[in-house]
Amino acid sequence: MSGEGTYYVPEQSKLPIFASIGLFITVYGAAGWLNGGTPTLFTVGFIMFAMVLWSWFSIVIKENLAGLNDAQLKRSYVWAMGWFIFSEVMFFAAFFGALYYMRNISLPELGGDNTTNEILWSGFKEVWPLMVTPDMAANGTSATVVGPDINMSVTTADSIFTWLPFWNTAVLLTSSFTVHFAHTALKNNNKKGFNLWLGITVALGIIFLFLQAAEYIHAYAENLKIHHGAYGTTFFMLTGFHGLHVTMGTFMLLVMWLRSVLKGHFSHEDCFGFEAASWYWHFVDVVWVGLFIFVYILG
Amino acid sequence: MAHGPAKGFSRWLYTTNHKDIGSMYLWFSFAMFLLGGVFALVIRAELFEPGLQIVEPGFFNQMTTMHGLVMVFGAVMPAFVGLANWMIPMMLGAPDMALPRMNNWSFWILPFAFAMMVSTLFMEGGGPNFGWTFYAPLSTTYAPPSVTFFIFAVHIMGASSIMGSINIIATILNMRAPGMTLMKMPLFVWTWLITAYLLIAVMPVLAGVVTMMLMDIHFGTSFFDAAGGGDPVLFQHVFWFFGHPEVYIMILPAFGIVSAIIPTFARKPLFGYSSMVYATASIAFLSFIVWAHHMFTVGLPIAGELFFMYATMLIAVPTGVKVFNWVTTMFRGSMTFETPMLFSIAFVILFTIGGFSGLMLAIAPADFQYHDTYFVVAHFHYVLVPGAIFSITAGVYYWLPKWCGNMYNETMGKVQFWLAFIGLNVTFFPMHFVGLAGMQRRVPDYNQFFADFNMISSMGAFLFGAAQLMLLYNVISTIMSGKKATDEVWEDPEGLEWTVPSPAPYHTFSTPPPIK
Amino acid sequence: MLITINRLMVWLFTPALLLLSNAQAIAQSAERSTINMPIGVTPVSQDVYGLHMTMFWWCVAIGVVVFGVMFYSMIVHRKSNGAKASNFHDSLGLEIAWTVLPFVILIIMAIPATSSLVKLYDTSESEVDVVITGYQWYWGYEYLDQDVKFFSRLSTPQEQIYNQAPKGENYLLEVDEPLVIPINKKVRFLVTSNDVIHAWWVPDLAVKRDAIPGYINESWARVEKPGTYRGVCAELCGKDHGFMPVVVKAVEQEEYEAWLGERREAAAKIKELTNKTFSLDELVVQGEAVYNKACVACHGANGEGGVGKAIAGSPIATGDMAAHIDIIVNGSKNNPLMAAYKETLSEVDTAAVITYQRNAFGNNTGDVVQPIDILKFKQGK
Ligand code: HEA
Ligand code: HEA
Ligand code: HEC
Ligand code: CUA
Ligand SMILES: [Cu+2]
Repeated sequence: MSGEGTYYVPEQSKLPIFASIGLFITVYGAAGWLNGGTPTLFTVGFIMFAMVLWSWFSIVIKENLAGLNDAQLKRSYVWAMGWFIFSEVMFFAAFFGALYYMRNISLPELGGDNTTNEILWSGFKEVWPLMVTPDMAANGTSATVVGPDINMSVTTADSIFTWLPFWNTAVLLTSSFTVHFAHTALKNNNKKGFNLWLGITVALGIIFLFLQAAEYIHAYAENLKIHHGAYGTTFFMLTGFHGLHVTMGTFMLLVMWLRSVLKGHFSHEDCFGFEAASWYWHFVDVVWVGLFIFVYILG
Repeated sequence: MAHGPAKGFSRWLYTTNHKDIGSMYLWFSFAMFLLGGVFALVIRAELFEPGLQIVEPGFFNQMTTMHGLVMVFGAVMPAFVGLANWMIPMMLGAPDMALPRMNNWSFWILPFAFAMMVSTLFMEGGGPNFGWTFYAPLSTTYAPPSVTFFIFAVHIMGASSIMGSINIIATILNMRAPGMTLMKMPLFVWTWLITAYLLIAVMPVLAGVVTMMLMDIHFGTSFFDAAGGGDPVLFQHVFWFFGHPEVYIMILPAFGIVSAIIPTFARKPLFGYSSMVYATASIAFLSFIVWAHHMFTVGLPIAGELFFMYATMLIAVPTGVKVFNWVTTMFRGSMTFETPMLFSIAFVILFTIGGFSGLMLAIAPADFQYHDTYFVVAHFHYVLVPGAIFSITAGVYYWLPKWCGNMYNETMGKVQFWLAFIGLNVTFFPMHFVGLAGMQRRVPDYNQFFADFNMISSMGAFLFGAAQLMLLYNVISTIMSGKKATDEVWEDPEGLEWTVPSPAPYHTFSTPPPIK
Repeated sequence: MLITINRLMVWLFTPALLLLSNAQAIAQSAERSTINMPIGVTPVSQDVYGLHMTMFWWCVAIGVVVFGVMFYSMIVHRKSNGAKASNFHDSLGLEIAWTVLPFVILIIMAIPATSSLVKLYDTSESEVDVVITGYQWYWGYEYLDQDVKFFSRLSTPQEQIYNQAPKGENYLLEVDEPLVIPINKKVRFLVTSNDVIHAWWVPDLAVKRDAIPGYINESWARVEKPGTYRGVCAELCGKDHGFMPVVVKAVEQEEYEAWLGERREAAAKIKELTNKTFSLDELVVQGEAVYNKACVACHGANGEGGVGKAIAGSPIATGDMAAHIDIIVNGSKNNPLMAAYKETLSEVDTAAVITYQRNAFGNNTGDVVQPIDILKFKQGK
């Protein structure tokens, strides 16, 4: 922290207040929509929010290009991104925790040899993936919470290559390498290589999303839906939230790629925007590995 | 860089200045405190006598819920963030917060979040009526439709807290003046650094649990429904994984404030600075492994019960270290008793009493009797009101002359202290008794057996409320007029904030100050 | 009011100290203490009481030391007394001492707590098993393997709650049918819920267990003294959380058996009645009673509605009979507040309340439904 000139404290800015209003309209609209209203307000808010964020990032980029950001401020950005990712880790932790809890605590209790099972759910056996819900086991046809018809676990060892999650894993892991190659290329001042590898990463992200969508369509067609008991719940929540994060990550990388290709941004010593996106991408990847193990393999 | 504040209201809307933002946080928090207080007064008025007189049971539950939510998320947390905004850059010799624009955003989300939350009271079916802990399935299957608005309000509030904490961490780790090593930082900064970590770790978990609620309500998932393989108790685990650290989030910065004030008025350096830092860190660490002490009666296996009991009891050790350090700081000092000191001393005594009842609650078999009674209500108001609220009040009196350049009215300050002190004890002490005697929480009506103490409590609450209006008056009149304060304000206080003029200039340190 | 204020004055001027020294004495007297936990009537409750008091005195002792030093400094080391500040600010020895000492105290506290907890958790070898189910907002009791099952609702009249009548001694702590258990027997409570989380709490038994929908929690008590013990629901469960008390009557074994026999007979009689054909008037009279007990809170005394929909002129209560039976037997699909009554209302009561609703509040349909029809409806499902 030696004297590095003066820290850049921006002038007054309209961004925060507009971002707040945009966010507010978005969530207010979303709540109204979910409660049986129309999506109009939500859409308006979302567009406003997106526009504010867009100009916010543009301004930050301009300031950086104008040389206003000293090394200290850049360190602030680094800290901020790092801790933002940590907060995301904790967000996923809540959902992984829920999965752990259901499989290791609540289901064994519901299906175990105890008074809960005897009196309330007689006939229910705990088997994962949960195809027969406690409700079905105990109440037969009058059950309201029914299980799915299929699950996404791999059936036999040799069918692994026709198993979509396997390919999804391959795609995402590869993309972690390609984004790293992009970074190395940039460090070596190889802008062409950078653009190429980053472009490939974005493409892989999009492929992943396509595969994921295909999996969902298949699931819904074969009657595996989000309301199908504990399995449907955990499967769709974990993969769904991950998918949302991949979407955001892909979008970030796409923007970085466009900035580089169209505007010639990023040099080997000034590339934090890209680095932040790539950290995010690695994080999304690590989460997938967790998902692959806990949702698919042990599923 | 502009040198003064902009004119007009746009100054507040568009500002990037940590002092402006700090002030907005503090005013917002005070407004929420009054609002939460009004809800509390509705509760106390209904409980003045047995029988239903003022509100219907359904509305009473909304009042209890909103009171808890508004006080915790609207009053206490923003007040500490406000103090952090004002003081941390000054204490570190930094020009401002690390990310000034995001700072303003963190603030401005809050008024919208709370407008959304409070607006639910006017919706069909009423507002949240399931307690501030919103246990499923009361808050999912059986909730009024406004719960969706409540969920999203919590989401954006959480976003605000996370951004605020990121900002604080970045400021503390990156913006210190040269020579300001970590172990030279004032304790307030230390406690906030640790609090910010707690926030980043647990706010996303809160977001996670409300998201699960949202899915259960609108998309038919079975997180909290046994019929599909879920468990209502899962909700409680996730909630308290957030909720317990949350209560320390509301007390650690308080420890920091008190650790600044007591040495000043004892005229003696803080005893055991480094042990204070380690104790704070230990409390933070332990706070992650004690959550199920709120769930002793849900039917955990006995091993879990024992683990959480022992872990909870352990927290008394580092907290004790803090209490002993404060007492020893006073010992053989040369004490005077200005208003901030009075509040701080009351803090130490009453917080310790609240801590003692906490320790009693930690004894699992005994908690089977205490749980969900007014004994718990007494416990947490003793740690929150003379804990969080008194420390904030102390901090405001202590730093107000630095903020606005004027000295507050000391006599009025002392009168306010005594009113608040008496009002608070009259309100909350009898709750121990009714709780032990068998009165459960969250009820609008009770047997005559509990009548006397409830009436005393209610009268105390109104007294305490009056004292708060006096604080408001004192602060406003100090800002408007009041005699000029010196730069040091107090006798030889410790800290960089006292080296700058009073009122502190709009931009404090454009070049880093020298650190001894 | 005047009397209350009088008593209040006494309290206000009773110094806190008196209260501390009296705590034990008061609690030991037979009267319930207004300021302390009951000792209770089971070995576990007495254990818990002991723990509570031990903890309390530890805290008092530590408080005396800590606050003693503090007040000493505040009085002696004040500037106005001419105290000069010394400058010490560190002592490793002290820090270690006041880390280790509390730790030791905590261990001393934890030992009896652990052994009490082990006792409290041992639900094996019970002699009587009762399944306790929480409903919004009353309790259901079922004696396992005894064919006895009933519901226990608040019996305090609305007028008392709304201050239109003087409040009885057991205001809000009285029910129509208490749980009856034998003394000196290990009674196991299997606690669960039908809707939201409740908690079954009787202070004198030191039993508080959350009633969680879909799960069963176990607890137990061996009551040593006959008597009536009152408790409450101790988990926020919605609007009438404050109005679902628990009353337990502990009686001698013979009395318990006699009571159980009576209950079984009554159950048989109800079964018999199910086959009887009632007149419109009989059903309306009984239906009014059921309505005022179970439905009035949501549907209003004149069927005008409130939390629930209006019954007066309701399309269901004046329209298709099957739909009317269905909503009461199975509850509403749209709103969980309108719960399923298939378990909680007997066939006779269901038939009665339906007939009543179809003939009261201006719904003069003249329709009658018989208990046997309800039974058929339920079996058809
Ligand atoms: C600022 C907030 C705050 C703080 C600091 C604390 C501090 C503590 N709390 Fe509290 N608590 C709450 C806020 C807080 N709590 C809230 C809001 C609830 C209710 C939530 C709800 O249900 O709505 C609650 C509920 C609650 C429960 C659940 C009760 C129940 O619902 O049944 C328990 C149980 O263990 C508990 C324990 C403790 C303990 C052991 C501490 C310890 O940290 C206290 C440590 C301090 C001391 C012990 C005093 C000083 C120490 C010494 C002088 C050293 C020597 C002492 C000894 C060796 C004894 N708290
Ligand atoms: C930091 C948190 C905090 C604070 C400061 C307070 C402050 C107070 N609280 Fe509480 N409280 C909680 C957190 C807090 N509370 C929580 C978390 C719960 C649990 C909720 C739940 O069960 O879900 C709770 C529950 C709770 C209950 C139990 C309710 C129930 O179980 O049904 C009661 C009952 O007396 C109560 C009372 C009070 C009182 C009298 C104050 C007083 O200190 C308030 C004093 C302030 C004022 C009185 C305001 C002064 C204003 C005026 C006089 C009017 C001026 C108006 C204008 C200018 C517009 N609170
Ligand atoms: C806790 C509140 C509550 C209680 C107690 C209650 N109800 Fe209801 N009732 C409702 C609600 C809410 C509805 C509206 C349901 C809907 O929208 O589908 C309703 C609807 C009805 C209807 C249909 C009215 C219509 O026009 O749609 C009937 C009939 C009815 N209840 C009968 C009863 C009877 C008989 C009892 C007592 C045995 C009872 N209710 C107890 C809340 C309650
Ligand atoms: Cu049932 Cu509270
Ligand atoms: Cu806690």
